[in-house]
Amino acid sequence: MVRKVFLAVAILSGALLLGACAGAQPAADQVEIFSWWTGGGEAAGLEAMLGVFANDFPNVEFINSAVAGGAGTNARAVLASRLQAGDPPDSWQAHAGQEIIGTYVAANQIEPLNSLFDEEGWIDVMPETLIPLISKDGNIYSVPVNIHRANVMWTNPALLAELGVAVPTNWDEFLAACETIEAAGKICLSMGEQWTAMHLMEVVLLGQLGPDGYSALWDGTGDWGSADVTAALETYTQVLQHVNSDASGLTWQDASQLVANGDAAFNIMGDWADGYFSGTTAGGNLGLVPGEGYGWAPPPGTDGTFQFLSDSFTLAKNAPHAQGALDWLKVAGSKAGQEAFNPVKGSICARTDCDKSLFNAYLQTAMADWSTDTVVGSLTHGVTANDTWKNEINTALGLFLTNSDVAAFQAALVSAASTYGN
Amino acid sequence: MSPPLFLLTAHAARRRRIFSRIRGIPPQVPMSSTLSASGSRSLSAAQSTPHPRRNRDQRIAILVVLPSIIATAIFVYGFIGWTLRVSLSNWTGLMPDYSFAGLRQYIELARDPRFAIDIRNTAIFTVLFLVSCLAIGLFLAILLDQRVRGENVFRSIFLFPMAVSFIVTGVAWRWLMNSATGTRISGLNLLFHQLGLDPLINNWHLTDPPWGIAFIALPAVWQMSGFTMALYLGGLRAISDDLREAARVDGASEFQTYRYILLPLLRPITLSAVIILGHISLKIFDLIVAISQNNIALDVPAVYMWRTTFDGNNYGQGAAIGILMLLTVALLIVPYLFYSMRSQEEM
Repeated sequence: MVRKVFLAVAILSGALLLGACAGAQPAADQVEIFSWWTGGGEAAGLEAMLGVFANDFPNVEFINSAVAGGAGTNARAVLASRLQAGDPPDSWQAHAGQEIIGTYVAANQIEPLNSLFDEEGWIDVMPETLIPLISKDGNIYSVPVNIHRANVMWTNPALLAELGVAVPTNWDEFLAACETIEAAGKICLSMGEQWTAMHLMEVVLLGQLGPDGYSALWDGTGDWGSADVTAALETYTQVLQHVNSDASGLTWQDASQLVANGDAAFNIMGDWADGYFSGTTAGGNLGLVPGEGYGWAPPPGTDGTFQFLSDSFTLAKNAPHAQGALDWLKVAGSKAGQEAFNPVKGSICARTDCDKSLFNAYLQTAMADWSTDTVVGSLTHGVTANDTWKNEINTALGLFLTNSDVAAFQAALVSAASTYGN
Repeated sequence: MSPPLFLLTAHAARRRRIFSRIRGIPPQVPMSSTLSASGSRSLSAAQSTPHPRRNRDQRIAILVVLPSIIATAIFVYGFIGWTLRVSLSNWTGLMPDYSFAGLRQYIELARDPRFAIDIRNTAIFTVLFLVSCLAIGLFLAILLDQRVRGENVFRSIFLFPMAVSFIVTGVAWRWLMNSATGTRISGLNLLFHQLGLDPLINNWHLTDPPWGIAFIALPAVWQMSGFTMALYLGGLRAISDDLREAARVDGASEFQTYRYILLPLLRPITLSAVIILGHISLKIFDLIVAISQNNIALDVPAVYMWRTTFDGNNYGQGAAIGILMLLTVALLIVPYLFYSMRSQEEM
């Protein structure tokens, strides 16, 4: 009896094993897309873009290999192990700029896309200051789908009116405004955990050094040890003194909420905060009316400059389905694809010819700026520095936040730039 | 995180030996199912039968254990060797680069201010965690040892925190240790305020360095005191009642019984607890990440290793940190292993 049971179990497990082996048949027309868009507006935007893809290329099967968690940290770790094992997805999402170039191009994992850009005419519809930031040695390496702006200062119009404070246009005015705001018992600038401190730092650097000085720091022509940078870092130290004391315990949403509640006057955060301010309360957002419940302005010293970050898609080298990947990239860069994705996601098109009426009040102002402003890259979100360099800057910044030692901070920045610079 | 079984059984066996000698009875093989008991039974059976049977038993025994040995050899020691190789290399990108860099990664770590913070934080956290867990665990064990009613209920309640993962503990305690004051006060600060205990309101883990990390020891102690209590309770229960009777007959008070007789006999338990808790605290990761995310003032080696490897693609530096962590934990455990192996041989 026992022997019969053993025999049955053995046959059953053998059959299951065979069944598993038989499953892996490669389909002819497929494309595997890897991203970390698994929730909220991002997943909805991806769905919308998939709709356009299914319309344009109905014969190509779409495999969505999104990995959840960690705002991309998990996905990047999974991607790294797949690339090291020689099993790349056909195309993957990454932040345009040095995060791609310093990591994947340096490791020879992606193909240049110049011919695709020429065929589709994208060079003419994307801002010309954008293209060099996503290229290396004249080769363009990714297709930007959306654009977010990092240099936005969110305000509480009611609070500012009540205190009689005008929106400051340079950092001296800002520090003066802080005196008035704090005298009334409110927080001047709300901030969250460490990455938001890096976000603030890059905006202060941009405001003090201007777009040319700022860009020079990243392309190797600028000097991190110069007196201008020292002055900018000292302004940053002063600004940090007007930040809420429990910053390192708050998420970026908590910090933005302080402004919405009227507990703080200013918050410097990228324009994904607009989705948080104006989105539906059912989705965990604040449901405010743009311009009334919250306002926005360029942070001091950065008017006329658009500090951008972009989610973009790449073409893997030795992609198993290269034609499918190219089809997907065509949709990602097309007017229809970007118009489907961006309003849902809460960002603007990388193209300058999208239909403005699809976007809300804040995003329309952003689109206008995108067509006319000088474009520079964001550090915190992977445009200007490769991952290793950014990690070193993050460590130096963390140490600076504990001891406020500008000289040591600047020395660490100089050393990071020379060791890990692009 | 569960305690290695051999530690508990080795100590139980050792204690039985000691007490047998005290009572003047020759040491016996214990009837409870320890590893040594089953081993000695099959050995005595084998010794009374002819050789072919013993050889076959030995061969089967080796075959049964062989897969585990091979798996451990590859996945533990093989990978340790590979990590050592990476730590001596220049690998700082996506693709492996095994070019030899000598001890450069280690030298840079020695000069790294962030790693200095890590070591300081680990030292403070380990000392506070160990001392508190041992003290609270011993105290609870002594209380429960008084044969109170509902002892099983209390024992279970004290052990419940250990069933929760460090991530859940970290998230819950992060809410409790919220450092906001004024209109946004919440968590324990709010409780103190409502109870009129305002002087206790503080910044918790956001206290200026170096003491922020001390507050993170709080959830860790909450979680592991119950386990320490269980160890001590087991130890106290294993001490024969004859000893307590003898002490009472000799006129010792309860306090004197504990102080001069029972607590010294618990030294082996303290040693095991220190080893187990020590290696948890040297490798602590998930609790720190759950409470502090990326706050460098609260950094520990495990978090630094993760950030530098997966965010910064700096595999060489991450591997060096990993090897250093391995050496630190080995410094704690290897002497203890030698000590317990030697005491088993004495049987």
